[in-house]
Amino acid sequence: MLGEGILKGLGETAKNFAGSFVSKERLTTVQYPEERVAPIENTRDFPFLVYDGDDKMAGLRCVACQICEKECPPKCIYIVKSTDKKPDYVGKPQIYPARFDIDISVCMSCQICVEVCPFEAIKMDTEFELSTTDRFGGLLFDRDHLSKSNEHYHKIHPTEASEVDARLAEEKAKAEAKAKAAAEAAAAKAAAAATAPTAKPVPAKEPGA
Amino acid sequence: MSAAAFKTYRPPVMDVSEEGDELLEVAMGPHHPSTHGVFRMDVALDGERVVKLKPVFGYLHRNHEKIAEKASYLAAMPYTDRLDYFCSLTNNWAYALAVEKLAGLEVPERAEYIRVITAELTRIQNHASAIGFLMQEMGASGTPLMYAFREREKILDLFEELTGSRMMCNYMRFGGCRVELPGGWLDKVKVIVAGLPQFIDETEKLLTGNEILMARSQGVGILKPDLAVNAGVTGVMLRCTGVNYDIRKVDRYGIYDRFKFRVPLGDHGDIYDRYMLRVLEMRESIEILKQALKDVPGGPIMDPKSKIRGFRPKPGEAYGRIEAPKGELGFYLISDGSGNPYRYRVRPPSLINLTILEDMCLGQNVADVVLIFGSVDIVLGEVDR
Repeated sequence: MLGEGILKGLGETAKNFAGSFVSKERLTTVQYPEERVAPIENTRDFPFLVYDGDDKMAGLRCVACQICEKECPPKCIYIVKSTDKKPDYVGKPQIYPARFDIDISVCMSCQICVEVCPFEAIKMDTEFELSTTDRFGGLLFDRDHLSKSNEHYHKIHPTEASEVDARLAEEKAKAEAKAKAAAEAAAAKAAAAATAPTAKPVPAKEPGA
Repeated sequence: MSAAAFKTYRPPVMDVSEEGDELLEVAMGPHHPSTHGVFRMDVALDGERVVKLKPVFGYLHRNHEKIAEKASYLAAMPYTDRLDYFCSLTNNWAYALAVEKLAGLEVPERAEYIRVITAELTRIQNHASAIGFLMQEMGASGTPLMYAFREREKILDLFEELTGSRMMCNYMRFGGCRVELPGGWLDKVKVIVAGLPQFIDETEKLLTGNEILMARSQGVGILKPDLAVNAGVTGVMLRCTGVNYDIRKVDRYGIYDRFKFRVPLGDHGDIYDRYMLRVLEMRESIEILKQALKDVPGGPIMDPKSKIRGFRPKPGEAYGRIEAPKGELGFYLISDGSGNPYRYRVRPPSLINLTILEDMCLGQNVADVVLIFGSVDIVLGEVDR
């Protein structure tokens, strides 16, 4: 019969229409600003800089190595190195970014900067309601704006953040052990040097004797 | 041109028909709603009949190939997402495959399984929305498209959970995948894959027997097999003519030789065949997914030889190709041993499948041109690059 297929199809749409009143399967939309879907943990948006502790400046992990600036595909990162140094998380003096700007109107959220960073200093944020009336300044994030605490990182990506923390703690322990070993070696050397003057002159005299 | 000359200027008549009537020249696009983006067809009409069709594109040109030649191998990966923005994971795979051939990297088995699962999910959501857009162009304003998007949304949520982004996934790396699967991801995939056959059944009930769809699409936009082969057309466009050519079967890249699946073939080469083939391919993809999800092995997801920073493959050239949802997607790379490719070339299925547009449209009505164009299933991001 001509029109049978159309009627069958209309039955399908009727099923969906009626079903949208009773079943969540058939009505999947949410009324966005009032209603929100649960955030997905791995979601990435724009990068931010992680700092440890409470002080934005003292705890900043970034050492201004400029790898992310070089690797960034759309080249939206701009870094100026500092001239002085500050201690990093293992206590080693490191330079820090005097300027760290990300133009998020250019950034394409690819997270290559996160992948290439050897210091776990730059991570992806999940904040997406960033629209602004200021087209240029409002979308150019500076170091202060970009710096966010490790707690914030734990809040948005809990699994990934604890992995990173474990890795950093391991590195720190290794660095401390190494420093301790180095200190011990230095002490041993110093001790050896302290005892050496009495021992050394003896063989030195031999050729002359 | 002087002012006087401009006043008397009349655009040249494109051509005259066989009967000697003047032809009407119409520019469809670049802002025509049917063009899937920015694409122009300069159509010469004799009454309602198309006698000439000139595709004009390049409005979305982004210099993808040259940018990739100036950037490192890794930095080109996020740009491949933006080629065919519906199927970023298959684009990633094709590029990763080319670089892996170039650098001699081996992909661990777990990563291969993840690649197959993501690629087949991509194929399903691409075909679902391609059918939806085709119906949109036929005048079914929105309903089939929204049903398709409802299903696509579930798959995109899976992608977001795995890769962090819904469409610009940037997930595959040279020698594996970027991150390990989040906990419980495979179970979620299993639930969604189990629900997909019902969606396809509903789509088929809604569309396959529909008299309007049959009247509009059967015998319209016929493509002959010899022309399709000569023009290098691939994917559904080629298989709808009856040519059995699926790179998953021909090359058996990745681990596709482990799965049992059939390649649906068309008979007439018309729009209806292309619609039907997409439906059948979705069903075959579900079969592949079921087999792949059954035994995902453990182990690493990256080749230990692969490097993120300072990746420099030895000099040479490589061509990696896969069966993307739209056809053969290939990346041709020449390395000179430095950190960025000496030559980077994309073989886009969308562009090459468009080359036969005029041959399919000649003698058809204007309204059918929109349909024929829609049935090719292109994404302008890939046509213009």
